[in-house]
Amino acid sequence: MDQELITDLFRQMLRIRRFEEEAARLYTERKIGGFLHLYIGQEAVAVGALSVLEKTDEVITAYRCHGHYLLRGGNARAGMSELLGKETGCAKGRGGSMHFYDVKNHFHGGWGIVGAQLPVAAGMALAKKYQGTKDVTLCFLGDGAVNIGSFHEGLSLAAVWKLPVIYIIENNQYAMGTPLEKTAPTEDLSIRAMGYPMASDIADGHDVFDVRAKVHTAVRRAREQSLPTLLEVKTYRYRGHSMADPGKYRTKEMLEKEKEKDPIKALGAKLDSLRLNQLREQIEQEIEEEIRDAVEFAEQAPFPAPETVMDYIYAE
Amino acid sequence: MSTREIPIRDALQEAMSEEMRRDERVFLVGEEVGAYNGAYKCSRGMLDEFGSKRVIDAPIAENGFTGAGIGAAMMGLRPIVEFMTFNFSLVAIDQIINTAAKARLMSAGQLECPIVFRGAGGAAYQLGAQHANSFEHYYAYTPGLIVICPSTPYDMKGLLKSAIRNDNPVVFFESELTYSLKGPVPEEEYLIPIGKADIKRAGSDVTLLTWSKNVFLALQTAEKIQKEDGISVEVIDLRTLRPLDKETIFQSVAKTNRVVILQEMHQVASYGAYLGHLIASEMFDHLDAPVELISSLETPMPYSKALEELILPSEDKIRESVQRALQ
Repeated sequence: MDQELITDLFRQMLRIRRFEEEAARLYTERKIGGFLHLYIGQEAVAVGALSVLEKTDEVITAYRCHGHYLLRGGNARAGMSELLGKETGCAKGRGGSMHFYDVKNHFHGGWGIVGAQLPVAAGMALAKKYQGTKDVTLCFLGDGAVNIGSFHEGLSLAAVWKLPVIYIIENNQYAMGTPLEKTAPTEDLSIRAMGYPMASDIADGHDVFDVRAKVHTAVRRAREQSLPTLLEVKTYRYRGHSMADPGKYRTKEMLEKEKEKDPIKALGAKLDSLRLNQLREQIEQEIEEEIRDAVEFAEQAPFPAPETVMDYIYAE
Repeated sequence: MSTREIPIRDALQEAMSEEMRRDERVFLVGEEVGAYNGAYKCSRGMLDEFGSKRVIDAPIAENGFTGAGIGAAMMGLRPIVEFMTFNFSLVAIDQIINTAAKARLMSAGQLECPIVFRGAGGAAYQLGAQHANSFEHYYAYTPGLIVICPSTPYDMKGLLKSAIRNDNPVVFFESELTYSLKGPVPEEEYLIPIGKADIKRAGSDVTLLTWSKNVFLALQTAEKIQKEDGISVEVIDLRTLRPLDKETIFQSVAKTNRVVILQEMHQVASYGAYLGHLIASEMFDHLDAPVELISSLETPMPYSKALEELILPSEDKIRESVQRALQ
């Protein structure tokens, strides 16, 4: 396997994790307010999926969005600043943890109403097709989104209008604190694609290469045939739904067992087995430095000025 | 300028077609907008002229096609989303309020959302409770949205064209009862600026503020009151609820010192209640009487004609309010 690719995927996953571990620390120090939904444990999903995109492809997700933002070219300083509500944030402190944006890099947020991004993604794909491009749209959602109306309306439009959009269910097994078996009478959510209908697949979210391969197939289908896909990625989050959630709906043993499948540990071990320990350590150090710098930058950055309180409401 | 008399549905169709000829990015999506020519025939001939790429029939899935319109707007297109009636926009209101209105703020201006949501609002004849809602204020309440409620064919066309060219999400209310109503519309192109009220009838004794189809009820009643009671009513058509043209309202109030607000929505937490507060607080020294507010009765709309007439604003109610304001 391509060493450069393994190294790169490892770097990206670790970067997200370290960013969020620091965010969790800052949250407990009350420097971050509101909600903080961490992606820790799920990194292989976004990393694998986004690694097959072209730069002009579009990405949209729900409120667990830090990872997707960082991958889409998002700057760690601007991300950390956003969490701290600073003017230097990727949404100038107006968005917060749930609403990261980097539109010039084709990352469109960061949305807080479960499932609402599915129809929006259909429209993004419609627009790119309308404009005559071959770009595809990737829309991420959680397993908690599969029962709300906008999920079905989004998929329905994507299928009937033949839109180049890939819906990726990040099935982390819990809709907030409710386990999947209580909300859906099926183990595999991908079967819901049948009714629209559209192509579907299942990927192992602990295996970044499996995610990559399955998304690659879906992206080709979208780019070449202008057809949608519903891809379910089985994953697991190690933290609570948000920082406010102690996760009492699962046992410590269950969590520890899941952590054995940690995709970052697995890829780190792979690098070691390829005798790339030194490179791995170097990457770890570089990421430490980037995140330390981002935190320092964000802490020192200014808050939005009072006279800007009414900015960004209307276009002139 | 040469003008001709055309009905509102044609004025709307002309506005959309002209803007679509002018700008490739503009497209129309909604239920029945294509082959059916629109549930109220507002998009007659548009499928033939522009094709199914730009006149898109949608399944009955308002949240879906509203969200899709918003997504397309965020990517640089300029969609017009038609609601068969605004009653059905309630299942899409999350997309309008939580996505369209907030995209710009939440992204600190990185996302633009140039989109128009248009369709019929308010009561018509005996549509029953679920199809007779007046709730312009649900949208007018929301920062980030522009809300337009025109009355005449002239205003409908000029304001819809401005709405399509505007870079913000615009909610545009029409009325089932007036789609066939005719009025003069110039042959030549024109635009009407958003946020400007229009004095539809000049008067000196009392200011009557209203919007949408109630402008016609107001004008008709004002004529009768003039003739029968010798009272001169100034009728102001607000045309835009957000942003509100305070200047035109305040100038009129400074002149007449008496105000009647006429709305079709219920009174509690309504737009008229806001207007009343605004005038009472900012024009207090000019007022010679309490601000009158005519609203629908506080009940869902029953079917029977006998009851519907009791609930909606009427000539008699306007006359009573005008007389109270003049006491």
